[in-house]
Amino acid sequence: MAAHEQIEKAVRDRFGEAVGAAAEFRGDLALTIRRDAIREVCLFLRDAPPLRFNYLSHVTAVDYLNMGRRPRFDVVYHLLSLEFYHRARLKVAIPENDLHVASVVEVWPTADWHERETFDMFGIVFDGHPNLTRILMPDEWQGHPLRKDFPVGGAKSFYFKRDTQPHAGEPPGFVPRIRIQDSDI
Amino acid sequence: MNAELKINGAKERQSGESPVAATAAVEAAGPRPAEGELATVERTYENLEMLAVNMGPQHPSTHGVLRLVLDLDGERVMRIRPVVGYLHSGKEKIAEIKTYHQFIPYTDRMDYMSPMAYNTGYVMTVEKLLGIEVTERCAFLRTILCEMARLSSHILFFATHALELGATSPFMYGFRDREPLYDLFEEISGARFTVSYMRVGGVWRDVPDGWLDRVRQFCDYFPNAVDDYEALLTRNEVFLQRTWGIGRISAADAIAMGISGPSLRASGVPWDIRKSHPYLAYDELDWNMVVEDGCDCYARYLVRIKEMRESVKIIRQCLDRFPDGPVNIDNPKVILPPREQLRHSMEALIHHFLLVSEGFWPPAGEVYHAIEAPKGELGFYLVSDGTPKAYRLGIRAPSFANLQALDRMCRGSLLADVVAVIGSLDLVLGDVDR
Repeated sequence: MAAHEQIEKAVRDRFGEAVGAAAEFRGDLALTIRRDAIREVCLFLRDAPPLRFNYLSHVTAVDYLNMGRRPRFDVVYHLLSLEFYHRARLKVAIPENDLHVASVVEVWPTADWHERETFDMFGIVFDGHPNLTRILMPDEWQGHPLRKDFPVGGAKSFYFKRDTQPHAGEPPGFVPRIRIQDSDI
Repeated sequence: MNAELKINGAKERQSGESPVAATAAVEAAGPRPAEGELATVERTYENLEMLAVNMGPQHPSTHGVLRLVLDLDGERVMRIRPVVGYLHSGKEKIAEIKTYHQFIPYTDRMDYMSPMAYNTGYVMTVEKLLGIEVTERCAFLRTILCEMARLSSHILFFATHALELGATSPFMYGFRDREPLYDLFEEISGARFTVSYMRVGGVWRDVPDGWLDRVRQFCDYFPNAVDDYEALLTRNEVFLQRTWGIGRISAADAIAMGISGPSLRASGVPWDIRKSHPYLAYDELDWNMVVEDGCDCYARYLVRIKEMRESVKIIRQCLDRFPDGPVNIDNPKVILPPREQLRHSMEALIHHFLLVSEGFWPPAGEVYHAIEAPKGELGFYLVSDGTPKAYRLGIRAPSFANLQALDRMCRGSLLADVVAVIGSLDLVLGDVDR
């Protein structure tokens, strides 16, 4: 198990100022990575002999709107090495006006669904992802539920449409085509 | 149909000896297909006459509401597109409006086959954020309960997996042995499934009188039941034909696809969080990690069967060494005071009121904690802003990551094998969709 200082030093030596602040809290190592370097950093972490983070546990994001932090979002990667059993967390800050970050599907194929879920829940676009569509919410859903400005009860009533035709010419914004009335039931 | 198509295991089954030779021994089943032959589909995707078939979300063998869109060439599966989300209930969003204790019941409902393990994973994450350690008695009790959750989950896997492949008896045997486990859960927590037994800093209450003895009785009985299971399936010719060499995935692919838990160990990867990052009492106990290198559905079955025996071993040792002392930590700012104190202690009443109405205030920070749930790595990523409610709770659900590999496991195999592979992955859709 490589010590956290060694992991941090190896990444810093290789990428210099693309690596921001490193934090250690309750035994977890967290490294902040500049957005344009994330894919290369992930490749390096996966393949560098003393590190070998060959397993991606989780990808998600955090919306810091209520904390008032800028940039607003963090994309968070949890890495694990199945050879040395060390873990690390990578964080990439994403500003609200440019929600793009490089996909790591080519580095770890398991990132596919995790990135889809992050897109679904936060609206962050992973460039280079093979199939970036919603995964947990319905395809017609408007908005991204885990954002802090999305109300817990839902933004508006959502009704599943009863017709099975593709919704060509759908006006922008959500317009429920059929509302379920009391008389329908 | 193209005769050149090389299929997982199917070629070996058609030519040469049957998987079950006259000796009925597993060894006689012949070598599994070599690594390089995994799902080698030689026709290009565009050349095929594809038929998209919808399977689910109400299909009985999809363990809930899993929907698959299968692209078929004849009976060959060329691609699987799982469609998930039918059970999505926004638990990560709910965690942001509940105090830390109020969220515990929601963890029951993720993997409803092993709620004890999910309770434990969640409260251990909060304890890591708070920087507190539970008492030794609590650690042993949680270890027992986690292993009982593993047993109940693996029994259900055994029962339903066999049922989907056409065998009815194992289902009856499995459900027979699940009942005493759920009786024990009910006795200690008041509920059979949705236990909500763990608390931050301890458990709801200490073990009832005689409960440990009844767990020991179950441990004495259960290995015989596993013998029954093995007699039913392990060398069963039909079962072998349905699982041997089916749904193969190599170790490298399994790691790349993020599979964890028994499904990963069935691909020959010796990784178990109980060994690699020991938590609770696991590092003090003597038990073995079960690893199989078959990479197929049969290996995934074997791993779970052997893990049941290991779990019984772990529970036995915990019972032998079950320590005395308090089960909850002595920290009134985190854990509710004992009920009887409320009648005559002002401080206890104040602490009780504050904890119930407001919750506790952890430090600001973020932690990730993973445990070995019955289905694989269960991780919670908790971001705290220092208030009594989580700022963000990300949940790494093992079934969600395992389900991704279904497409890779099934490509080129027969349609009927998809059911076997789904069963061998042991999915729970409440866990996938959260």
